[in-house]
Amino acid sequence: MFEEKHELLRKLAREFAATEIAPLAQEIDQSGEYPEELRRKIIACKFNCITIPEAYGGCGGDTRSNAIVTEEIGKVCASSVSQIMPNSLSGAPLMMFGNEEQKQKYLRGMAEGTMIGSFGITEPGAGSDTASIATTAEKDGDYYILNGRKCFITNGPVCDFITVFAKTDTKARGVSGISAFIVESGWEGFSKGKHENKLGICGSATCDIVFENVRVPKENLLGREGQGFKICMATLDSGRITVASQGLGIAQGALEEAIKFTKERVQFGRPISKFQNTQFEIADMATKVQCGRLLVYDAALKKDQGKPYSKEAAMAKYYCGELCNEIAYRSLQLHGGYGFMKDYPIERMYRDARIVSIYEGTSEIQKIVIAGQIFGK
Amino acid sequence: MNILVCAKQVPNTNEVKIDPVKGTLIRDGVESILNPDDANALEAALKIKDSFENVTVTVLSMGPPQADVMLRECLAMGADEAILLSDRAFGGADTWATSNTISAAIKHAGNFDIIFAGRQAIDGDTAQVGPQIAEKLGIPQVTYVEHIEIDGDVITVHRQLENGYEEIEVKTPVLLTAVKELNSPRYMNVKGIYDAYSKTVPVWGVEDLPIDRETIGLKASPTKVFRSFTPDPKGKGMMLEGTLKEKVGALMDNLKLKHII
Repeated sequence: MFEEKHELLRKLAREFAATEIAPLAQEIDQSGEYPEELRRKIIACKFNCITIPEAYGGCGGDTRSNAIVTEEIGKVCASSVSQIMPNSLSGAPLMMFGNEEQKQKYLRGMAEGTMIGSFGITEPGAGSDTASIATTAEKDGDYYILNGRKCFITNGPVCDFITVFAKTDTKARGVSGISAFIVESGWEGFSKGKHENKLGICGSATCDIVFENVRVPKENLLGREGQGFKICMATLDSGRITVASQGLGIAQGALEEAIKFTKERVQFGRPISKFQNTQFEIADMATKVQCGRLLVYDAALKKDQGKPYSKEAAMAKYYCGELCNEIAYRSLQLHGGYGFMKDYPIERMYRDARIVSIYEGTSEIQKIVIAGQIFGK
Repeated sequence: MNILVCAKQVPNTNEVKIDPVKGTLIRDGVESILNPDDANALEAALKIKDSFENVTVTVLSMGPPQADVMLRECLAMGADEAILLSDRAFGGADTWATSNTISAAIKHAGNFDIIFAGRQAIDGDTAQVGPQIAEKLGIPQVTYVEHIEIDGDVITVHRQLENGYEEIEVKTPVLLTAVKELNSPRYMNVKGIYDAYSKTVPVWGVEDLPIDRETIGLKASPTKVFRSFTPDPKGKGMMLEGTLKEKVGALMDNLKLKHII
């Protein structure tokens, strides 16, 4: 499943996460600010551009590499995963559908760390029901006039551009009238809403993005008119493996915290790890985490081999989204009262886990995808 | 400028234990790492490569075939080439036989302006191999280097002492041994890792080197290990409380009580 380069990559990611990220994880969570120095270090290791082709300043790496780094970073600080978003959500639409000029400008910008990108599909009235988006892009000569509001945008407060999905044909039925645009945050009519106050991944900045008569040059249409839904689905398809890896990382981190704590915590005259209930809990948790790991890397390997992977990616996302919540819950339970205190990392992991079964397609949506693959659409 | 860095793969001695019966290291399950001082040596070489044009950094290691991964790590940090000296005939060598092998390999590999080594390896702690290589190559050496400045072929270094440093000017070719205060080794990067695995790391055996078999390996090693043991832990320290005057008083009383003063 892995090559030698993957093993060395895991060593790098694990050391970096333990040395550079873990000591700051609590501070990042509590302040909601991401330290610029740490962001620079992540870029120096090129974690932000693993999957971006070398022609655009990236590493030209595979899906397994991105999954490994995402898992290792997610293990110590789930918020930090949004720092490497160009590998998936913000980079994938450009990698798959961008033209040469778009890639040289925006993909290279993200690879070199001079630009931060976002991805905007969700709206206040359109979550899982993608077809119901109300943002519009009306053609006006060499421009499109963009109007609407996107919400829950990861990296929104700090983004330099966003891939936005809007209706270019409001009369078209279903999803056929949706198109994708690359929109820069500096353009007139582009505004960012307030920083959202969230339950978890508090170090990952989130906000609304509002478009008021933003003039988007036609060069910034991504792919073709009407291709938006396809671009969106292809992006989410590949992004599922990344989110699954993040969930796997949180689950592994929560498991390790449980092992550490139960070996140290003494009750009834001995470490609670000596009690059979603890041992069975840890054995059960470790087995489930390993199941998640096999799902993630099986999907990643299939993608790297050019085989169909939609079903496997959805299974990995579904399973790991639920897994990290379960493992964080059980780890916190083993911590007892201490787990409820912010002094222990499990409190943060428990909150961070909650988003994984929701964003980039809820667990329920994943089940629709899996069932669709089984029964046919 | 051609720079060579001598590196060794060592067991992470933070985790290693000694077999109380055999008196040897228990290496099972202990991860192998790039010797920490050698990482400082490599970083010094890479810093020179960053600052000057036409600098080539080659890493050389003697060890079992598994040391390949450590050399890949050095390549992923930014070294240009790596060579592994691996042969059963090299095995069991003490510092004398090791430096015979390595200095022969360096002569075989080419001409180098600077040879870096770590001060010492954490498994043996001898700090002998670097200086011996310099002697056998007939070039000057400066050990315990904590600062380097380069101006043409003149290198000014600070040599660490217990209570300060010596400033020494040397000309190339020279061998320098690095201490951890010299720098902070960089991380590998993702692209570097991919590139490292696209390169070939040649493995040189005894047949590849112009060397007399009688000068290498276990039988050419004058060192004999008499006994290995884990030192008994020191007694617990005593923390003195109170004002400075009280603490000094208590310290003096205790030292007198133990007949130290």
